[in-house]
Amino acid sequence: MLYQYLYLIATVLFIFGIMRLSKVRTARSGNVYASVGMLLAIVGVLMEAGKLNWYALVAGMMLGSAVGVFIAVRTPMTAMPEMVGALNGLGGGASTLVALGYLVEEVAKLQSGQVLFDLHDMTVAQAITVPVTLLVGGITFSGSFMAFFKLRGKNWSHPLQGAARHGLHAVLGILVVLISVWMINGASGGFGITLAAGFVVLVALALGVFLVMPIGGADMPVVISLLNSYSGIAGAASGFVVGNELLVVSGALVGASGIILTQIMCKAMNRSLGNVLLGGLGETATGGAKDSEYKGVKSATPEELALLFDGATSCIVVPGYGLAVAQAQHTVRELDELLEKRGCKVRYAIHPVAGRMPGHMNVLLAEADVPYEKLLEMDAINPDFKQTDIVIVVGANDVVNPAARTEKTSPIYGMPILDVDQARTVIVLKRSLSPGYAGIKNPLFELPNCLMLFQDAKQGLQALLSELKAA
Amino acid sequence: MFGLIYVFVLATILGFVLITKVPPTLHTPLMSGSNAISGITVVGAILAVQIGETWLSTFFGFIAVAFAMVNVVGGFLVTDRMLKMFGPKKKA
Repeated sequence: MLYQYLYLIATVLFIFGIMRLSKVRTARSGNVYASVGMLLAIVGVLMEAGKLNWYALVAGMMLGSAVGVFIAVRTPMTAMPEMVGALNGLGGGASTLVALGYLVEEVAKLQSGQVLFDLHDMTVAQAITVPVTLLVGGITFSGSFMAFFKLRGKNWSHPLQGAARHGLHAVLGILVVLISVWMINGASGGFGITLAAGFVVLVALALGVFLVMPIGGADMPVVISLLNSYSGIAGAASGFVVGNELLVVSGALVGASGIILTQIMCKAMNRSLGNVLLGGLGETATGGAKDSEYKGVKSATPEELALLFDGATSCIVVPGYGLAVAQAQHTVRELDELLEKRGCKVRYAIHPVAGRMPGHMNVLLAEADVPYEKLLEMDAINPDFKQTDIVIVVGANDVVNPAARTEKTSPIYGMPILDVDQARTVIVLKRSLSPGYAGIKNPLFELPNCLMLFQDAKQGLQALLSELKAA
Repeated sequence: MFGLIYVFVLATILGFVLITKVPPTLHTPLMSGSNAISGITVVGAILAVQIGETWLSTFFGFIAVAFAMVNVVGGFLVTDRMLKMFGPKKKA
């Protein structure tokens, strides 16, 4: 059948597309490959499908495309984490709905007394994928939108603490397994199975909300990556339900991609996935509030800081989430150009978990036309801090906290950090000394070679810039 | 069915191999691009809007098509917008 060849070509285009995404030079064409693959897949399914409800199809396509164009064009680069989060959620939601649609359609043919297994003589593996799709898709949907609102600054906290919270999650988890078992082999007839499916979806939605709710902002890169993976797994699972290879392959590719990113993020925080998901750090560390009284912190005016750049030949900028919040990427680029003109080499040190999603900082700086060759990964740039005249930390905190190297009692001990403290001078742009996320004290601010500029990242950089221009 | 499990396992391994090669600079476009690819659920969704026994499956299919198309269109466009910025070194 022709449509099957179209599916095969689409699969190949997806794989080649992802291959080309591994180099900056070919990445854009890779994205085009994948979108052509998608177009062929849609043509294929229109050939495969029987009599379609064209009203529903065209309305759904137009509605989805219009929203897609709107958000793709209007979302600022600083809001990419939210957008990717929302897209993850919609992907999970779509998979759940596909499985539900298939289920209500197929079980409508069942006689009372027949169970899910009786559907086309389903095997166990096949029957299991139905509740798995509903569960993973549902968690992805509600969890992603929870993450979306958290990234938007909503600070909802979990109604339960400690053991009670884990208890609630465990009960919901057990409940979903029990209903799934009943759904596969207990519930009979169309109504019973559909009812069970509805329950699975409801519990999955609740689980998604409760699991993501307690996770703090700095852990968002892990959550977003994991939900990305879930959206792929849900897609692959829905492929098992409807028996379509293309869905299985594409879902598996996305699932694998999300898992790898999740691993990279966890490693960069020296934490296990379980530790992030159980949400320990944000809430348990508040006892250390006394530690956050700083001694001997030196603050400086933009004027004083500008003098430091006389004769400086090397500068490294360390961006963090504060850069995104203040939308300071263009100001950083201006400063970069000015310093380069004065003979000072400027580079950027990017910690893997800087920002709220993998690669967040790289996209922001690319938007401001900073050449990507100037952006260096942690391992590549760490040896260079020793020979660097000035480091400018813009809105980053935990990723430059030397306590991670030295203080065994620190909650972030062992996390790989950027060794900015080894530079000759460190300038930290920060609104105040208030310990950010997790309330961890940062001894960097007390070091003799560290100067604080207590301002919003953008205003601080602009002030520094105008002083440098005046000099 | 077992064929699908084979396909799933092999595709996952291929995914691991391919994604490991993607540099951190491109991680955000990778995520939005893979989001777009996960919009492939649109294929399942279109199959669900076939006229069948119940109107409910058509209704689920309609919402699924809309969701998946947001993923497809939004995902590919925003990825392109990002990658355009990474483009060849500009005059600056």
